[in-house]
Parts: sequence; structure tokens; C-alpha cells
Amino acid sequence: MNLLFHTGHYFQLLGEVFSKPERFSLYWKRTVEEIDLLGVKSLGIVALLSVFMGAVITIQTKTNIDSPLIQSWVVGFAARQSTILEFSPTIISLILAGKVGSNIAAEIGSMRVKEQIDALDIMGVNSAGYLILPKVVAAILIFPFLVVISMFLSIFGGWMAGSLTGIVSSDDYIMGIQSGFVPWHVTYALIKTVVFAIIITTVSAYQGYYTSGGTREVGISSTKAVVYSDVVILIMNYLLTQLLLI
Amino acid sequence: MIEVKHLSKRFGKTQVLSDISAVFAKGRVNQVIGKSGSGKSVLCKCIVGLFVPEEGEVLYDGRSFHLLDKEQKRQVRQEIGMLFQSSALFDSLSVLDNVLFPLRMFATMSEGEMMDRAHLCLKRVNIEGKEKLFPSEISGGMQKRVGIARAIAMNPKYLFVDEPNSGLDPQTSIVIDNLINELTAEYDMTTIMITHDMNSVMEAGDNILFIHEGKAWWQGTRQELLDSENAELNAFIFASGLMRKVKEAMRKG
Repeated sequence: MNLLFHTGHYFQLLGEVFSKPERFSLYWKRTVEEIDLLGVKSLGIVALLSVFMGAVITIQTKTNIDSPLIQSWVVGFAARQSTILEFSPTIISLILAGKVGSNIAAEIGSMRVKEQIDALDIMGVNSAGYLILPKVVAAILIFPFLVVISMFLSIFGGWMAGSLTGIVSSDDYIMGIQSGFVPWHVTYALIKTVVFAIIITTVSAYQGYYTSGGTREVGISSTKAVVYSDVVILIMNYLLTQLLLI
Repeated sequence: MIEVKHLSKRFGKTQVLSDISAVFAKGRVNQVIGKSGSGKSVLCKCIVGLFVPEEGEVLYDGRSFHLLDKEQKRQVRQEIGMLFQSSALFDSLSVLDNVLFPLRMFATMSEGEMMDRAHLCLKRVNIEGKEKLFPSEISGGMQKRVGIARAIAMNPKYLFVDEPNSGLDPQTSIVIDNLINELTAEYDMTTIMITHDMNSVMEAGDNILFIHEGKAWWQGTRQELLDSENAELNAFIFASGLMRKVKEAMRKG
């Protein structure tokens, strides 16, 4: 019953979020601010994670397929496939759910408990639209860029690890990442990213928007935002993979 | 004028408001008083439409708020200004941007005209030279004044003020009360002030509604309040020795 209630409430909120904005110029200004806050300011952590994850994927792949029957370039191929299909779109989205999702829930939750959302409602502003829509649009626009950057850095990290440790030669790695490339896999990764961007922003905003109580409840909403975003991302990841790859 | 007719509100099994009827006159500071938990703030939130009552209606100059469609409600809300207990200023916006916010959202003015209007409102509440500061950088009293400036920016017909003096020293409280009185007369607004501050009642109350246990227990003027024999009202108003002395002094003239 509780799940049904929240699902219905969530879609009702989405109805409010995607209704016509009062002033496009104000909404666009907020969207640009959110692109900076949600996307540009996440670039550092995304870059760091991507380089190291790429390096680890390469080393682990090499150590696990260390057989004379398997050629060395396969390591590069496996690193690229893991990165494009799963690591960059899904793991980075899970990380962003932690960073961005908790930020959104805490920000909107604080506004709720400080009566700032009531103030917007009383002015006649569609508070859900004004607060949430710019975040959703910003995430849809910027997350794919983050994921593409993550793909390049992860593959680069793999190349560095392979070359520096000498377990895979540079030529073999580059040959591997060029082998059997399917462009659709990048499209599939970007479709997933856009869906995850919507999930992270709306699920987190939902948790924040319906916060009631005080600072303790804001903390609880923030935690719930991350947990529920992660769960929904994992479920959607499975469904999208089945729909788009099989 | 705002009319409340037979308004009832409950949360779960708890009946918070029961059959409240009252008239809040135009051009006056109408006060709603009562003990903490008596239902004053819930009544205020029902009137402004933040809570939907189970029964009854709220009429804004004859327009039944809860029967209006979404767009009509939005239009009525643009005629409402509200000062919250916590001021509810937007943390991420400067003092000036807070006052500009409703103008930028709804007004059909040029940017220059909006700026002029915002500066005028800030000047009216005696906030000058603080435009670039953020709410966290100004005092509680100043936050209240900025809240008032934001509330009057759209030239409202109705002003709601929730506990304007909470957390303020007596001197600043008087400044805020006087400001609300002056602005009500100046803009000819229907002002509803929620308070349990007795100084405010004595300073600003033209028309007082006493809420007790979720019911409209008593309504009258300041003078009628002093002469009232209503036991619950007297127990609330004259709870302190100081207020009893004030009552005696005022009766003696």
C-alpha cells in the first residue's frame, strides 16, 4: 500500500513538475545554474573515479584471462566494453545519485522545513515546477557529457595502467579498444544515462519536496533519496538492457 | 474583505478546527490570537489554501477560494502577500533578489521598473544599503522587514502575517507592529495577523478573533476585549500580572 501511495504521489508530482513554466527566462536561468551545480561541479569526482576504475578493470581483466589461448589485445576490448556498457553509464550514475541526489533532497527538504516552498505556493508560483524542472533539464543535458568524458578517461586509465605496469603493451591495448566497436553501444549507454538522470533528479526531489519536520527529517530524506534512486536505477538498468541489447 | 464560513479541519482523527466563522475587514489589522496549539496557524494555512479544509469555505471579496480552478487560485494568490514566522526568505538569493522575485515571476514591468519597485519597498521598510547581503548575513528583525518588503512588492490586497514578533526583542517588535499597521492603512489591505504576543494585541489589534480548542471562541475590538467577561479569553490575555495591571490602568483611562 505504501509503495502504491508513493508511486501515485510521485507521478502526481511529476505532473506538476512538467506543467507550463510561469516565466521561461527565469526557469532557463535556473537551469544554467543547475548545469554548473549538478554537472560541472561533479566533473572532478567523475574524472578521478573513471581513471582509476579503468586502470583496475584493465589489471583485473588481464590477471583473469592470463591464458596463452587468449590474445593480449582482448584486455583492451574487455576494458572498453565494460566501460561503455556498464561502468560509465551505470556506476557513474550511482555515484551521481549519491552526490547529486543527496544534494537535491537536502536543498529542497530544507526549503520545505523553512517554509520557503509554502512562500512560493502562496505567491502563486508552481513550486514543484520552479524547483525541480530546472534540475531535471540540467541533468538530462549535462549527465551524457559527464558519461562520455568518463568513457574516455576510463579507457585512458586502462591504457596507462597497462602500459605503466607492462601487463599489456600500448599497441595491443589500442588494437583491443578499436576491435569490434559497435556504435549502438554508445547510444545505448547515453539512453541509459538520460533515463538515470531523470530518475536521480525526480526521485531525490520527491524525497525533499515531501519532507516534513525538521533538520533530522531532512537528513532522512537525503539518505532515502540516494537509496531509492540507486534501487530504481538498478531496476531500470536491467529493464533497459533487456529492451535495448537483446 | 475575507470571510471564513463554517471552516473545519482535521488531521487524521484530531479535529484541529471546528466550525470557524469570521469576517476579516478591509483596511484593518485583524488579529487571530490563542494559545500555542489552538489552531491559529492551521486556520491561516486553510485561508491561504495551503491546507484544504474538510468543511466550510473561504471567500476573498466574495470569491470562494476552494471552488476556484487552478488558474483562478493562482490569480488570487498573486493578490496575497505573506510574512512567515521564519521569514521564509530564499537563502540563495540576496535581499534585493528576494524582493525582486515575485516581480520577476509575475510583473509585466521592465527590469528598470522592477528595480525601482524593489528599492521602494526596501526603503519603505527601512532597509537600505543591505541589498547585496544574503538573508543569513542580516539580523532576525531585518529578515522580517525584508519579508514584509517581499510581501508588499506585488501591491497585495491581502496580507497574512504569522507570528511577526517571534524571536524579536520588544523594541524591534514594536517597529514591526507599527510597520504592519502603517502598510495596512497605506495599501488599504485586509491584514490577518496570527499572534500570541499581547503587546501586538494592544498595539495593532483592530479586530480580534480568539481561537480556543479549535473553535472561534470570541471576536471583538481591543476595547471590547478589555471589558470582556469571557473566562477563557481573560485567562489567556491576562495570564501575567503585568497584563492585569495594564487592564486596570486602561479601564481607569
